[in-house]
Amino acid sequence: MIVILTGAVLIYSTLDMPDWGDPNSPASLHVSPRYIEKTIEETATPNAVTSVLADYRGYDTLGETTVIFTAAVVCILLLRRFEDDKTL
Amino acid sequence: MIRLYDDLIIQTVCRIMIPLIQLFAFYVIAHGHYSPGGGFQGGCILGASFILMVIAYDINWMKRRFSEKKNILLIALGVLIYALVGVLCILLGAEYLNYGILHKIIPTDSVKVRALGTLIIEIGVGITVMAVMVSIFLNLTTLGKHEKGEV
Amino acid sequence: MTWIMEILILTILLICALAAIHVKDLLSSAILLGAYSFLMCILWAEMGAVDVAFTEAAVGAGISTAFFIGAIYQTTRRTKD
Repeated sequence: MIVILTGAVLIYSTLDMPDWGDPNSPASLHVSPRYIEKTIEETATPNAVTSVLADYRGYDTLGETTVIFTAAVVCILLLRRFEDDKTL
Repeated sequence: MIRLYDDLIIQTVCRIMIPLIQLFAFYVIAHGHYSPGGGFQGGCILGASFILMVIAYDINWMKRRFSEKKNILLIALGVLIYALVGVLCILLGAEYLNYGILHKIIPTDSVKVRALGTLIIEIGVGITVMAVMVSIFLNLTTLGKHEKGEV
Repeated sequence: MTWIMEILILTILLICALAAIHVKDLLSSAILLGAYSFLMCILWAEMGAVDVAFTEAAVGAGISTAFFIGAIYQTTRRTKD
């Protein structure tokens, strides 16, 4: 019952969102046109997704890589069992 | 994983397919500027080729080609490449991760060098993701006891 | 005519997601999650987000299915509930 109610509220709240691909929505008015227009003359990268991910938003990708690195380090620390290790 | 039997068809098909998969992964990493793709996707495909080696053959067969020490070193090397490019930008006098300043040491103009810096950090991300996928798969399927190559 | 295909893909995607929750065999559940990821990938490619579709196909359908099967191999295949 709670799940159905929450789902109904969520679906009701999506009715106020802008249409898919609406050029007048707030997400496509503020900073996206600048990236789309300037990405070739500023970064010489035709794929705007790559230039935004790796160039304009380089900190985000660095954080993402660090998260993956941390996942591997934790996985090795928790799961790895060396045969000559008697303490484990 | 425990190797129950040697299947000739699977091993032959994997021996032919693995170089093609790795070539496609390098294409995805290097061609991420012009088509969909990038470091993360290419690294995942590259890691999947090593996972396919473990599944088709066994762990020792894969670890003779890509040892665990190299794997752990590569995990750190990718993040190190990424961070060192940023530090290099600071040392040349710009903000962190502002690749436009790299034209002082790379002989191109300051626009093309941003695409080059993007390529360098995509390679770093790809190396890290590839080594991480292989490491997680090995430790997960053998509960961390893969010296002998089986469970 | 695109909306017919969208409705079709969304229906199969919903069936796959519900079946992945309700099925007893965990290996079937992992394979159904792989099918769900591929349908999601088709849906994203159809909406124009090709990079996201590529990531979903590489990570969601390829690597995570291999991780799930590896985890099932070390634990049990049947669920208790």
